Amino acid sequence: MLVLIGIVIKMLVVVGVTQGAVAYLILVERKVAAYAQDRIGPNRCGPFALIQPLADGAKMLLKEDVIPGYVNKPLYLLAPLIAIVTATIGFAVVPFGPVGVSAPGVSLPFGMGDYKVDFQIAPAIDIGIVYVFAVGSLAVYAVILAGWASNNKYSFIGGLRSSAQLISYEIPLGLSILPTVLLAGSLDLNAIINYQDALGESLPFGLGSLGFLGWGVFTCPIGFLIFLTSAFAETNRLPFDLPESEQELIGGFHTEYSAMKFGMFFLGEYLHVITVSFLTVVLFFGGWDLPGLSQEQVGWIPALLKTGVLVGKVALMIVFMMWIRWTLPRFRYDQLMDLAWKALIPLALVNLVAMMVFLQATRS
Amino acid sequence: MRADDPSLKRIEPPTLKWHEKVYVPTILQGLAVTGRHILGVAVASQQVTVQYPEEQHVPSPNYRGVHRLNKDEQGRVKCVACMLCATACPAHCIDIVGTTAPPEWPDREKYPASFVIDELRCIYCGMCEEACPVEAIELTGLYDITGLSREEMIYDKAKLLSVYDVTRDAEPMKYTQVPAEASAPTRILPPLSH
Repeated sequence: MLVLIGIVIKMLVVVGVTQGAVAYLILVERKVAAYAQDRIGPNRCGPFALIQPLADGAKMLLKEDVIPGYVNKPLYLLAPLIAIVTATIGFAVVPFGPVGVSAPGVSLPFGMGDYKVDFQIAPAIDIGIVYVFAVGSLAVYAVILAGWASNNKYSFIGGLRSSAQLISYEIPLGLSILPTVLLAGSLDLNAIINYQDALGESLPFGLGSLGFLGWGVFTCPIGFLIFLTSAFAETNRLPFDLPESEQELIGGFHTEYSAMKFGMFFLGEYLHVITVSFLTVVLFFGGWDLPGLSQEQVGWIPALLKTGVLVGKVALMIVFMMWIRWTLPRFRYDQLMDLAWKALIPLALVNLVAMMVFLQATRS
Repeated sequence: MRADDPSLKRIEPPTLKWHEKVYVPTILQGLAVTGRHILGVAVASQQVTVQYPEEQHVPSPNYRGVHRLNKDEQGRVKCVACMLCATACPAHCIDIVGTTAPPEWPDREKYPASFVIDELRCIYCGMCEEACPVEAIELTGLYDITGLSREEMIYDKAKLLSVYDVTRDAEPMKYTQVPAEASAPTRILPPLSH
């Protein structure tokens, strides 16, 4: 019972925070876009345009919601829901702070004992990564269904492109994290963070005092590059936003959507960006790990500090994704397929085999 | 020209070097470029835009905005109703009704009784300005003309003369002084080659 209440509270906090963050991410995206183009961007709604997300949200809710007569209505209505739900439930296993032994505890009144506050909605799931990937690839159903149900050739092409892109990039995405998983010996995201923390502090030749050399980005840099590239493709962000392609597909799968249904696709995309950024930080940037922080530190102050570090790293990662968006032009469709099948998948396989050989040679 | 003309120069598309084929170094270069722009605006305020209603954009001196009818020293309209601007106008937006000049104006035969420009039809090409033999019509730097109806955007003689009064100080007449001699070409152009 106690555990259930704790989980419900954590769910409310996480969903609330991420949805709020999405509203502000749209503002940040618009600002970064403006800066990259030597503009100023939104600056009229309150100081630093901080009320802009509220204005945008109000606009989305108050606009006329057009459902064209020629759409397949049940699927048309279902697609935006899938976009949001799949993007949200991925958070269930993503740790946003210390979990397990280093989690802080609270002693409850009325003799109900102690409750350990794990900074994760569903702690102690051994297959965390597999769950995130499984749920994350469900998100493509939103795009395909939207494209199919819209009964519009542009939407349909967008949906088809999305399915082909997803099938291609799931493979390098999965293969790229396997070296990290092999190194840490676990599919549990917390175990991977703890391993990076411990490895960084145990390196020989004084390298351990730096504390951050155990991060995945240093132990498997090629895996990191492949993961990053595939993650951009998975989230439909530029330079891989072929399902949307404003120029040739007029918005692609969400051409026929208006008002809040369009807003829900937007929300889903940004939630996806947040999830992917969390995964990148957890797998390749040591999660909450910084020099000076380790899993032995217990208590509320280290816990909040670690949460702050993790969220800060995620914020940097998201800004980096926006930075990339304004740097690279969109890939052509054949280039997209070439990159996945001719470059990333062979490279990921070689990377995986190399890590297996290395581990076999050093640990047996 | 034939496809096998010997003067044609064939250019091969550049082949990618290895560091361009692996994308990463070139992406880093691109990130450096966009990063400079992002930081330039965020830190050093290097944006090129202006905050319009508060800050007014000042167009370049040869900007072609709304027209004006120039006045001479005695406050008369300079136009002599020769119709050259109306003839030159590709959009046919100028309508002039000329009449005989009064006897106390000995320097001209005619003057415009009515001079109307449809500012919505005008394409702001400046050919009227070039055609005018007496420098009477000029395009000013005013760009924020608005109106609530189409009729409001048809400027008559009085309005065009008032544009001159508004812009006289900011933009003096371009050709009131005789161009100095130094404005002739300073170098002899090479002979045309075929």
